[in-house]
Amino acid sequence: MDVVNQLQRQFLDYSASLHREGFLDDQFTQLQKLQDENSPDFVVEVASLFFEDCEKLINNMARALEQQGVDFKQVDASVHQLKGSSSSIGAMRVKNVCIAFRSFCEAQNREGCLRCLQQVTHEYSLLKNKLQTLFRLEQQILAAGGSVPAIE
Amino acid sequence: MMLGNCATSSSLSTESDEDIVNNNLTVLVVDDSPMIRKLHDMHLKKFGLKVQVAENGKNAVDLFRSGASFNLILMDKEMPIMDGAEVTKELRTMGVTSMIVGVTSLDSIFDRQAFMEAGLDHCFTKPLTTENIIFLLQELNKKNNEEN
Repeated sequence: MDVVNQLQRQFLDYSASLHREGFLDDQFTQLQKLQDENSPDFVVEVASLFFEDCEKLINNMARALEQQGVDFKQVDASVHQLKGSSSSIGAMRVKNVCIAFRSFCEAQNREGCLRCLQQVTHEYSLLKNKLQTLFRLEQQILAAGGSVPAIE
Repeated sequence: MMLGNCATSSSLSTESDEDIVNNNLTVLVVDDSPMIRKLHDMHLKKFGLKVQVAENGKNAVDLFRSGASFNLILMDKEMPIMDGAEVTKELRTMGVTSMIVGVTSLDSIFDRQAFMEAGLDHCFTKPLTTENIIFLLQELNKKNNEEN
């Protein structure tokens, strides 16, 4: 049981740090509350779909910004979609970059957009690693015969 | 069961989330994002709703044309082929009287107003919350009571 307690404590501390550092907001906690024994992989599945979305949208933005005559409406459409996805999963830092990104699209500022693209790529990679760590901790708890503690 | 104007079933003096779990209402989620469709599906099923999803507006219109009907439609705005406003206008032209609710990340009041004017009953910002769903169930129950 010591191992389980230790892992559970690690999980809770790690989860708290993700919220404290702004990677996740309360929306992610709401997703965790939706998960149940009938859908035990719900959060992992939603996160996978989010990562797929991010990669597709970031590629779209990069391609659009590479063009001679940048279509800022097209870039904005992808940023808008990413903002919607990120707020729906609780990816706060990604969402916040999208908000700034949209301002640069509106101003048709290519340099500003490119900086935001770099930032959003960075935030997405960071979040992906951190969520993968969180999910690994969950698996370790379950493999040790424990249950994943609920986040309040 | 939620009591609107109808005083049947076991009366409860205060409403709780459990009171409005409903096994009869059907919902169509129209959104081109697989992630959003999965989220809404799970969230709505928690309230006992029967959920179907459509990945774009054209599929939603085709569903109604084939005779399907739903109590509630959750409509994204930004979708390829037909956007949420176009789909809403089309459904209303077809005579669809279901509650249609926009769920969008649109920021501008002007854009949201334009979406509402397409024929929405309500419009919420993404992400859809538990409070939004409770509100919609209350509105649906009111609507059912008025129609009966």
